[in-house]
Amino acid sequence: MTVFNGLNGPKVLAAMSGGVDSAVAAARAAAAGYDVTGVHLALSANPSSYRTGARGCCTLEDARDARRAADVIGIPFYVWDMAERFAADVVDDFIAEYARGNTPNPCLRCNEKIKFAAVLDRAVALGFDAVCTGHHASVDLSAGQPRLVRSVDAAKDQSYVLAVLTTEQLSRAMFPLGDSTKEQVRAEAAGRGLAVADKPDSHDVCFIADGDTRGFLRGKLGSMPGQIVDTDGQVIGSHDGSYGFTVGQRRGLAIGTPASDGKPRYVLDIEPVSGTVKVGPAAELDVDEIAAVRPVWTGCPPPEAPMRADVQLRAHGETYPATCWLEDGELRIRLHGPARGVARGQAAVLYDGPVVLGSATIASTARTQAALR
Amino acid sequence: MANLESSRARTIGTGSAGGSVLPAGVPELSDGPEPALQPRRGAATSRVYLDHAATTPMLAEALRAVVTELARTGNPSSLHNAGRRARRVIEESREQIAQAYGARPSEVIFTSGGTEADNLAIKGLYWARRGAAHTKAAAGLGRNRILATATEHHAVLDCVRWLGEHEGADVEWLGVDSLGLLSPDVLREAIERDPGDVALISVMWANNEVGTIQPIAELAAVAAEYEIPLHSDAVQAAGQLPVSLAESGVTALTITAHKIGGPVGAGALLLARGTEPVPVLHGGGQERDVRSGTLDTAAIAGFAVAADWAARNQADHAARIGKLRDSLIDQVRAVVPDAILNGPAPGPDRLAGNAHFSFPGCEGDALLMLLDAKEIACSTGSACTAGVAQPSHVLLAMGADRARAKSSLRFSLGHTSTSQDVDALGEVVAEVVERARRAGR
Repeated sequence: MTVFNGLNGPKVLAAMSGGVDSAVAAARAAAAGYDVTGVHLALSANPSSYRTGARGCCTLEDARDARRAADVIGIPFYVWDMAERFAADVVDDFIAEYARGNTPNPCLRCNEKIKFAAVLDRAVALGFDAVCTGHHASVDLSAGQPRLVRSVDAAKDQSYVLAVLTTEQLSRAMFPLGDSTKEQVRAEAAGRGLAVADKPDSHDVCFIADGDTRGFLRGKLGSMPGQIVDTDGQVIGSHDGSYGFTVGQRRGLAIGTPASDGKPRYVLDIEPVSGTVKVGPAAELDVDEIAAVRPVWTGCPPPEAPMRADVQLRAHGETYPATCWLEDGELRIRLHGPARGVARGQAAVLYDGPVVLGSATIASTARTQAALR
Repeated sequence: MANLESSRARTIGTGSAGGSVLPAGVPELSDGPEPALQPRRGAATSRVYLDHAATTPMLAEALRAVVTELARTGNPSSLHNAGRRARRVIEESREQIAQAYGARPSEVIFTSGGTEADNLAIKGLYWARRGAAHTKAAAGLGRNRILATATEHHAVLDCVRWLGEHEGADVEWLGVDSLGLLSPDVLREAIERDPGDVALISVMWANNEVGTIQPIAELAAVAAEYEIPLHSDAVQAAGQLPVSLAESGVTALTITAHKIGGPVGAGALLLARGTEPVPVLHGGGQERDVRSGTLDTAAIAGFAVAADWAARNQADHAARIGKLRDSLIDQVRAVVPDAILNGPAPGPDRLAGNAHFSFPGCEGDALLMLLDAKEIACSTGSACTAGVAQPSHVLLAMGADRARAKSSLRFSLGHTSTSQDVDALGEVVAEVVERARRAGR
């Protein structure tokens, strides 16, 4: 029996989205000899992609794809209704974070609150030993306790959105795809006769079917007019909701007057209460000091002294060498060089090579003189 | 009883009768209620099948009739010899089914099943009694009210809702008591609010979830006083109760084959003479223009065999599964003392094959999954497309709260059920409930 993460327990609940990754993950777990049960999570009542009405339920195509994959693998299959928890813990949180001027990552929140909390807890209570997903990442047990490790496929690596998981959660997580590239996963799906082998990857936020995040937020939050100011505090425009902006954003600012230097302007900051959006030149996006809250440590103990780490500041972003320490329970990060477009609400994930050391939520950023040079 | 035993022994899956039940040349099917499905590892069929209200194994004789007809050619509407032969099978089946359910052969309209029969009855009678919009005044009809029980199956419920939302019908849901019973007084009061405007009434004969049997003859008598057609979905009642169109006084009756040991895909609307619904399916004019579409000779032949068996064995069958059901209830209560039996106490108001519990502190779908893992098949209520269990509208209508509704599970017995099935559930139910309770709501 191939053991993916050293779990002793044989009973595994495979979360099956209807996509190719989770199908192959479940197939690998089953092939390795685990007693696998497939579960599709019904997460949303989004009318454009899900059936609504009298019974208010039922994802259609994805649920069917997941069910067919389970048939082919030869495992039992159920649908779990997680719509209420998802709405409260992921969708409402997403909206509230934008209203505060932050830029949340809903996939990260879903892993933290749904897949490896609500679903995992229920699974364990029902007698399962672990939850298996199709995330591109690995759990390494060679150091004694489970550590999260990047996928071999750098382009598909999802360790960033899993880094929020605690040691306890990781000890019950199974990620069978971490040693494979997406290409290999697709080829294996085809080889196993899984019809989802060539199903397109999902990219957008799953509960915003048309991909129009700004429109979605406008629908939820309504008009919240505010000002657009330049770096001198001069009002140069207005907007109908700061939730339409993200730090580092250049397009869609709709400012009439051109910048005095003629250079493009970017969103530098969003004031949480007034909703004032500050814009300015690209160089002003550079920051090198970050404070992040609610740190989680899985790859090392909480540091007692400043330590060296590579920091990733957004999903699929590059990493920056940095010095990190704890101050009053908050994570402080001093980047060794400037990073551009760092948004509050995103995670700062610390790596040692491919190994995740810890993660925290970015609460504020600053520029030191070093960054201005 | 000896006759019953031998009938059971010759059903698919028991395999004890020895030899094939199928015509020569037809491959033998595998065991279990899903004969053609070969389970792979981990996806076993159910060892203990306690979901007969969803569908019940086919009687061996019915299967033989279906397979025999499938091997033959002939459209019953064709005029040549092959067509006449098929037509003869249809008409003999029609006579058998009519006799089984207290109807004349001309009162049997074949459909594809219960859902289609319900749609035809409700939409067809509503449209007929309302009259076409532009002829409303001329026809002097224009009756627009639909009265239906709040605990109807979705095939009725959604039909009625649709007429309300898209056709302008005035829908009134008839409330039930905590056991799911509709009082004739409640029906009378509802009618009295505007008797001349009632297009039709629909009250199911017996409830699919909690097994409540309505006082259908009394209700039909009330409807008859006002000359209002009453439709009744008797899909669940048909195998377990004496169901008679003539004796009940009902205007239209829905029955289906696969709940009584026949195949999926055949059903009927029994329509009292003189009732003319507007067709839902237009086409070749089969079934005296009420329901077009080529008749499924094979499925109808199987339906007739099952209906005949059900009618002849009804009393013995109900007594036998009633005893098993009583044992099931006793065993569950013995080990899960706080389990709540939903619906009427075992007796004349409850279907013999039905037991329906709420298990406080559990979720029904967690219980179902844990029992399924032990190869015991049961149900949480009506299934829907993606398989998510919603709180039962039936229990909510009976006054249960959402938690009680979501914690419920139905066990239903049928012609292949044995005391071993019931004991197998009794052995594991306490452990399963305890585990589901840990998983919480």
